[in-house]
Amino acid sequence: MKDIVKSALKGDNLSIARLISRAEREVMADPVGSADLLSAMRTIHKKVRGVPVVGVTGVGGSGKSTLVARLAREYRKDGKRVGIIAIDPTSPFSGGALLGDRVRMSDIMTDKGIFIRSMGTRGAFGGLASAVYDVAWILDACGFDAIIVETVGVGQDEIDVVKIAETTLVVLVPGLGDSIQMIKAGIMEIGDVLVVNKADMPGVEQTVGELEAMLDLGGGRMKDRKIPVIRTVAKTGEGVIELYAALCAHREYLEKTVGRDTICRRRYEGALLEIVKDKVMERMLDEFGAGGHAQKLVDKIVRSEIDLRTAADEIIQHGGKNGSHSK
Amino acid sequence: MNRPIRVVVAKPGLDGHDRGAKVVARALRDAGMEVIYTGLHQTPEMIVETAIQEDADVIGLSALSGAHMTLFQDILDMLKEKKADNIMVLGGGIIPDDDAKALKKAGVTEIFGPGTTTDNIVSFISGKVKR
Amino acid sequence: MFTKEALDEVKKQRKRWEDAHKGKTPHSKPASERRHKNLSNLDIRPVYGPDDIANMDYANDVGFPGGEPYLRGVHTDMYRGKPWTMRLFAGFGSAEETNKRYKYLLGHGETGLSVAFDYPTLYGYDTDHKLARGEFGKCGVAISSLKDMEILFDGIPLDKITTSMTINGPAAVVWAMYIANAQKQGIPLDKIGGTIQNDILKEYIAQKSFIFPPEPSMRLIVDTFEFGSKYVPRWNTISISGYHIREAGSTAVQELAFTLADGLAYVRAAVERGLGIDEFAPRLSFFFNCHNDFFEEIAKYRAARRIWSREMRKLGAKKDRSLWMRFHTQTAGCALSAQQPENNIVRVALQALAAVLGGTQSLHTNSMDEALALPSEKAVLIALRTQQIIAEETGVINTVDPLGGSYYVEALTNKMEEEAYRYFENIERLGGVIPAIEKGFFQREIAQASFKYQKEIENKERLVVGVNSYQVSAPIDIPLLKIDVEGEKRHMARLSKLRAERNSSKVASALSALETASKGKENLMPFIIDAVKAYATLGETCAVLRRVFGEYNDPVIY
Repeated sequence: MKDIVKSALKGDNLSIARLISRAEREVMADPVGSADLLSAMRTIHKKVRGVPVVGVTGVGGSGKSTLVARLAREYRKDGKRVGIIAIDPTSPFSGGALLGDRVRMSDIMTDKGIFIRSMGTRGAFGGLASAVYDVAWILDACGFDAIIVETVGVGQDEIDVVKIAETTLVVLVPGLGDSIQMIKAGIMEIGDVLVVNKADMPGVEQTVGELEAMLDLGGGRMKDRKIPVIRTVAKTGEGVIELYAALCAHREYLEKTVGRDTICRRRYEGALLEIVKDKVMERMLDEFGAGGHAQKLVDKIVRSEIDLRTAADEIIQHGGKNGSHSK
Repeated sequence: MNRPIRVVVAKPGLDGHDRGAKVVARALRDAGMEVIYTGLHQTPEMIVETAIQEDADVIGLSALSGAHMTLFQDILDMLKEKKADNIMVLGGGIIPDDDAKALKKAGVTEIFGPGTTTDNIVSFISGKVKR
Repeated sequence: MFTKEALDEVKKQRKRWEDAHKGKTPHSKPASERRHKNLSNLDIRPVYGPDDIANMDYANDVGFPGGEPYLRGVHTDMYRGKPWTMRLFAGFGSAEETNKRYKYLLGHGETGLSVAFDYPTLYGYDTDHKLARGEFGKCGVAISSLKDMEILFDGIPLDKITTSMTINGPAAVVWAMYIANAQKQGIPLDKIGGTIQNDILKEYIAQKSFIFPPEPSMRLIVDTFEFGSKYVPRWNTISISGYHIREAGSTAVQELAFTLADGLAYVRAAVERGLGIDEFAPRLSFFFNCHNDFFEEIAKYRAARRIWSREMRKLGAKKDRSLWMRFHTQTAGCALSAQQPENNIVRVALQALAAVLGGTQSLHTNSMDEALALPSEKAVLIALRTQQIIAEETGVINTVDPLGGSYYVEALTNKMEEEAYRYFENIERLGGVIPAIEKGFFQREIAQASFKYQKEIENKERLVVGVNSYQVSAPIDIPLLKIDVEGEKRHMARLSKLRAERNSSKVASALSALETASKGKENLMPFIIDAVKAYATLGETCAVLRRVFGEYNDPVIY
């Protein structure tokens, strides 16, 4: 393991990939290997530089992957090495996944300065969000100057994943009425830059208009910064330079207002929260499993012997004692 | 929960027949594996680099254009060069028996010819890859 | 078509028949329930009768061959006048080897040529391109320049035989080479006949040998329609194909619907450009698969003819010839097995018979070694003989559309037409063929159908003799074709010599003129012909177009 970390830090893709595999599945790794991994991650954290992390989210079919590939090229023009984490849905039935984002980035695949790692969403309680943090830190420590995280679509899970990024792009396409969908999903709250891709399609002006109207009404994360709405045609590259400039501008803005250290700190905080959530959910799965402590409480609730909120408090205070085991 | 088996399904060279590769990719997904299908027109470099970055357990190569001897060998050579030759290489498509024998000698673990069922491939991979 | 009294009597009789059947369990296992659905998942009745076609209006819906709606055939006398063209798809290795195979086939009685190109050629690359590594001559003949084309047809009189060329992305360039070669042979362009496949829409959907994105590809195709209608009147400038869609795993109904939808998209594109529909429509041709379900395939061809003639009328066609759905058929490669390859001879014979009963204008029969390699001489001869036996010995050519009037076939024809129209409506809703391609509609339908088919085979709901039933474990023991490795060396030497000896300033100026023209709206055929005549290579010519038009990226749809 030590050797893997050493060569990963030197930039050997094979080692980086193997290290990522260990880290991303720590939730599922055997306990014996954990100590090894923890020590490896400690070494990694010493080398983390706090490079920009950009989150890209948007409905399926909006051209996210093509856009990500274009953005990666812009970073490369600036001499930056790019790590891309591409997330695709895991099948709830089989646990398998068709990781297809990479296919849409074939034109950048031969660039030695780009590393693409595909991950499955692995379903609820799969620990995706916390895993993504680890992967991003590894890529940071191993020499990548910018990291792009591309999520599946729009939903609460995606919001959790994309919180790792300090700059989030929300990608829409004209005319699909997805601006409404986005509001429902709370996506508008997390967008730092809004992109209307496939801007060569009919309805683009209307969509841009709707978005700007919504933004005027006070949506958006940073109330004292105007959220840009950028038109792109990822297929041809139109608008990408403008988009890249907006990303860089946002990063600069954050560094000025909030500061680099705070950005890094927020990432640790976010990761800690995700890991705690994972562990709590893991424990709860036991509690609520057959014969678990929670089941006994449910019986009591049904018999009106205890009310819901008191029962919930009890689980939080005493969880782990009766009949359940924590890992 | 174990880490899913990761398979790169690749179409090396100019061959455009992707019906089988897509059916196999889907079947592997249905069997719980994470599948990275590379799409068409992959050079050996692209396939090997993908398998390395994705830390794949298996590379499945689909070739129906007759170019398998050259391209599969290129891929085996490159894997060795990059010290990634512990990745299992499998082949499928239109590959005559004699060529299949030669490829297996060169390092391809198995060749799945016409008539192979997706179940065959799934059990083979599940059996061979230790997770 | 039947009197009310006669129909009532039929209905009564059917009820008696059904009652007599009640309570009888089918003698095969429940799983075989599925076998009474055909390959497109349509339910097939145990018995068809007049009551299944009671509303048929013979005069308007069926008609006589050679007249609307052309259901029974595009020509009045079909094979009584002229048998279908026996045209075997062939090509491998270098131009010299393929020239030999053509002479072999012509000597044994084939009546039309059909060229298979290797992958680098299909993608517009010269043999020495980086991506061409290992691919030379493996699945077709390598053509890198006009010089190769000259050798390919050496000793073959292009005014006496028609040639079909399966080429799509670089079709305009390869056609230009054929034209230039004919002119070198001293043959006027109004005397040469043939077909270029040139159907880019199905490439995006199924065969995947595209180069450029849809818009410039359509421009090139309409350029060929225009050029052909003016200067090469006997040439079919497109072969609108369903074969590949079927091979990619679609059902027969999907093959029917997607092919005709593509065809109508081409017609609309040409009309939009300003071409008169009757100027180019007579030279549109089609290419269908012939798969295993005997009657479904026959019904499919009949439905295609009727749909096409009616839709073309709707689009404003006035000439009869604009309404004709003339087609070439190839028996289904994907229905053949590697195991017990001799069984394929039987499969191909039955498929070929269906194509003939369906009224095909031209036919390719696969060889028994289709699932193993390119055809050996022995195997290809049997494939040719299969057609000759059907033509000479079975008597099916004595009358047109022999199955016309069959209750089953007419009912199935109607049903397939109905299902096809359902697809047309879906495609319209998505905005037309190109938007539907961009949305992945066809690709998804095909991927679904092919996955379902594979599962049916693995679950033994569908049996394939020798593959998942009646298997033997004997090794495959038939002679297989080997590609001559020396051929590649000869070809490369020729290519180098060509580059060294040609007039490079002529090449440069021709390519420069092409580049300028491709940025504008002129018809590119004359520029391409000039370039190939100066011996610009296929790769060099396509590189210019790649630069101007860009390349298409296939979105992967499972």
